Amino acid sequence: MKSMDTIKALGAVAALAVGAVAFFTLERPPVNVVQRGYRGTGLDEIYNPRHLAAQADLNKVPAMLPQLQVGPLAKTVYKNVQVLGDVHVGEFTRLMASMTTWVAPKQGCGYCHNVNNMADDSKYTKKVARKMILMVRAINSNWTDHVKKVGVTCYTCHRGNNVPQYIWFKNDGPPEAGGFAETYTGKNLMIGPNHSSLPYDPYSIFLKEDPQTIRVQATTALPGGDRHSIKQAEWTYALMIHFSSALGVNCTYCHNSRAFGDWSESTPQRVTAWYGVKMVRAVNTGYLEPVQSLLPSYRLGPSGDGPKVFCKTCHQGAYKPLYGAAMAPNFPELYQPAADTTDTGAMPAAAPPTAAPPTAAPPAAAPAAAAPPAATPPAETPTAPAPAAPTRQPPQP
Amino acid sequence: MAMYNFEQKYRVRGGTLLGGDLFDFWIGPFYVGLFGVSTIFFAALGTLLIVYGAAIGPTWNIWQIDIAPPDIKYGLALAPLKQGGLWQIITICATGAFISWALRQAEISRKLGMTYHVPIAYSFAVLAYVTLVIIRPILMGAWGVGFPYGILAHLDWVSNTGYQYLHFHYNPAHMIAISFFFTNALILAMHGGAILSAANPQKGQPVKFGEHENAFFRDTIGYSIGTLGIHRLGLFCALSAAFWSAVCIVISGPFWTQGWPSWWNWWLQLPIWR
Repeated sequence: MKSMDTIKALGAVAALAVGAVAFFTLERPPVNVVQRGYRGTGLDEIYNPRHLAAQADLNKVPAMLPQLQVGPLAKTVYKNVQVLGDVHVGEFTRLMASMTTWVAPKQGCGYCHNVNNMADDSKYTKKVARKMILMVRAINSNWTDHVKKVGVTCYTCHRGNNVPQYIWFKNDGPPEAGGFAETYTGKNLMIGPNHSSLPYDPYSIFLKEDPQTIRVQATTALPGGDRHSIKQAEWTYALMIHFSSALGVNCTYCHNSRAFGDWSESTPQRVTAWYGVKMVRAVNTGYLEPVQSLLPSYRLGPSGDGPKVFCKTCHQGAYKPLYGAAMAPNFPELYQPAADTTDTGAMPAAAPPTAAPPTAAPPAAAPAAAAPPAATPPAETPTAPAPAAPTRQPPQP
Repeated sequence: MAMYNFEQKYRVRGGTLLGGDLFDFWIGPFYVGLFGVSTIFFAALGTLLIVYGAAIGPTWNIWQIDIAPPDIKYGLALAPLKQGGLWQIITICATGAFISWALRQAEISRKLGMTYHVPIAYSFAVLAYVTLVIIRPILMGAWGVGFPYGILAHLDWVSNTGYQYLHFHYNPAHMIAISFFFTNALILAMHGGAILSAANPQKGQPVKFGEHENAFFRDTIGYSIGTLGIHRLGLFCALSAAFWSAVCIVISGPFWTQGWPSWWNWWLQLPIWR
């Protein structure tokens, strides 16, 4: 039968096409699975070990000079030391040398300093660097609920670049009509976070002062007072996709998807992230927007605003920057002096609403006290692959 | 037990796949067969183990009973009974019962001189289950990625497993599977409507047959696939739906670890416009 032959030929061509696409686009086993909730809940991180190996190489801790807590205070030796004056001169020069390798390895001291007069403040980079040291100190001292004991250094973001690789500017996107004629709402262009077709600039909305509310999910089963729109939900999803790609994790790293908004069913990492959002907002408002006026025009974005930070600026694809390697404690001068409480960026007064996830245990299958993301990346592999077999708790009848 | 006169000629011995005459008899209207016995054995044992699991679990609430797979740390090894070992044995029982049932269908097909459409069709459903709880866990190196046996628990697993890949609707095989499921539902509804209408005419009208049904669909949508064709199409859509749903889950994890939306980057990366 002719028609039968045609069908067979078409089927063979289709099978070949599907096979070719699958072969050239998909990954392969083995894969790593990191359990982060009660067994069987599907709260798992899935990693391709080949990808992880490449990631690990990009997130290695650089060589660090030994500490030198010696010599007189820097302010007695050098002129115009406004921030680091109370640091021993040994430590001071060590930090300066470290900052050079972290931020300006090619240009050297001259990137920030007038090498004929190191005290001179004529270069914009020096004034920005001063503000950035204050920022690093504020983060390490005031935002321990996010950075914990790991802390941050210049290297966390800069990684040997003058300007960190992952930053954001206000993105107005292509021109479009507003009001009733609005169509794109900033989406469907595949230029959103992680190549998604979601709105491409959720950062201006959520990561600056006066941010929109991130939480859009209704808290009741039936439509009631919740007035959030699909558009708002897409902004939120765009931000969440940024979180996900910045940390190299999936949605279940923080959320139990059966109830995204429920703190009692979320993992402890969601609380850390909650502080992180507050921290990023404070850093953008308190440190990065103020230095905008110092920057030359070629450092500004298309809308004339300065570079700002988001999760990926530090995380760069790792669930903890540099996979949790604690660099900052080796640089005690990158913490605020005990007496100094003048600088801003204070912790938010309010803790996340009804936080306290670690003991969460909803009916029957509890996502449980999620274990640290064990195994996978190097650096931090503390408690074996310990998915903390949680205790089952009897559900409420 | 009473028997219709025409049943007699279908009750032929022989044609078994295994065991010869063993269990080759009927109890009332039901054929037993070796695979009937093994079906009963696996199904009963598995069900009792589920009841046992519920008994040692925290609840008798039918919605919340949950027989969860082992922790990932056990890999592909056996887990202690109360830490997922139960799930492993129940999985063996379920798979044993399902395969036994397919083989029983094959034996009955042989007795009746039929082709194997029925066992082959049923096998696609079994394949989807086996893919979820055996093939994919083996490919990912841990029984713990199987789904839990519980009404709400398995739905939570589906939700979270979908969100492991950020947006499961971007899974190409999931797209194909959904398209087949929905098409299957549509053509089943159209077919069912046509049959009900033809078989229940207005008062005083005779019952309608194939040509009326053909005329109806030619008038409304310009084409009628015919009385035999609709069943072929239905079988194709149903089996394709099951097959592609098995594909869509087996590629999620073993063959793709990122968000499914990112997979489509290959299209953007094609050399002709990259």
